[in-house]
Amino acid sequence: MLDLRLYVAQRLSALVMVPLVLGHIAVMIYAIQGGLSTAEILGRTQGSLLWFLFYGTFVIAVSVHAAIGLRVIAHEWGGLRGRVLDWLMWVVGAGLLTLGARAVLAVTVP
Amino acid sequence: MTATPPRLTVTVQRGTEGATRQETFDVPAYENQTVLDVVTWIQQMADPTLAYRFACRVGMCGSCAMMVNGEPRWTCRTHVKKVASDGQLDIAPLRNLPVIKDLAADMDPFFDKWVAAEARLHPSAGRGDDFDPVTSQEPARAEADLGIECINCGICYAACDTVAGNPDYLGPAALQRAWTLFNDSRDADRDGILAAVSGKGGCHNCHSMGSCAQYCPNDLNPMRAIAGLKRETVRAAWGRKRDA
Repeated sequence: MLDLRLYVAQRLSALVMVPLVLGHIAVMIYAIQGGLSTAEILGRTQGSLLWFLFYGTFVIAVSVHAAIGLRVIAHEWGGLRGRVLDWLMWVVGAGLLTLGARAVLAVTVP
Repeated sequence: MTATPPRLTVTVQRGTEGATRQETFDVPAYENQTVLDVVTWIQQMADPTLAYRFACRVGMCGSCAMMVNGEPRWTCRTHVKKVASDGQLDIAPLRNLPVIKDLAADMDPFFDKWVAAEARLHPSAGRGDDFDPVTSQEPARAEADLGIECINCGICYAACDTVAGNPDYLGPAALQRAWTLFNDSRDADRDGILAAVSGKGGCHNCHSMGSCAQYCPNDLNPMRAIAGLKRETVRAAWGRKRDA
């Protein structure tokens, strides 16, 4: 159900996510300290290549990691197998990527 | 611990796959008594149709493993006092395997997976060749030595929740044997072993929950072996990419 490629993809995406999760949490804590309005946040993110790369990479890593993780749960706890399992993994991955990419584009593209 | 009562109430799973039932037996309790002694008493004194499996009775052959009060154990080396201080015993065939009859589990899937994992020696020398000197000082040999005392009892396989959820998973015992052979200088097909444990049911399905190491009656650590296989399969794949 998990072969070497999926295993490596999930481990590598986890590796990428470790610093990004910490950065994301730090940004969230900073942003809600009462000082930043929506306009101020967008003022900093729109047109910023740094934030585009930060959250763009994050979204890709999350899509890969979550899709493979849910594949395992769907198999071991839900009994899904074969093509249905592959289909679920790709739909979850593509769905997360689409939603995440839309959000990243919305806050970083001016 | 409370004193062992003079009688034991023993519930035994009877029947074949898909048609099992529970039967309760009243068994005399003794000061020194193993779970296998209890099963044998039932078969000899109460119901001669009870099917179970054992051979050596000293923890070497690995045939008498059963579920005792919900946990996999080698019954010949498990004292009743240790697992049933209240005089209640619940005995069932090994988990994660089909039942042949009563307490005898069908070990075929277990051993089929040993073959699927290439957990068999691939000879590197013929009869006329010299022995390959084996010393425990060598790191690879020391790693292999950690796993070679496996007696194929199937307890780790029954304890493994990944096997329970993923029937294709090769399981801790087969993967540990593959790892000992991978580290054995006399084995000639290390790449074959890595390929065999990298498939859909391979070592990468392990969640490192550690039940195998927790329940192994010989205190082996298949989880460590599986971690070694994961490491070596990734290293080999990475190496192939760089060589290409």
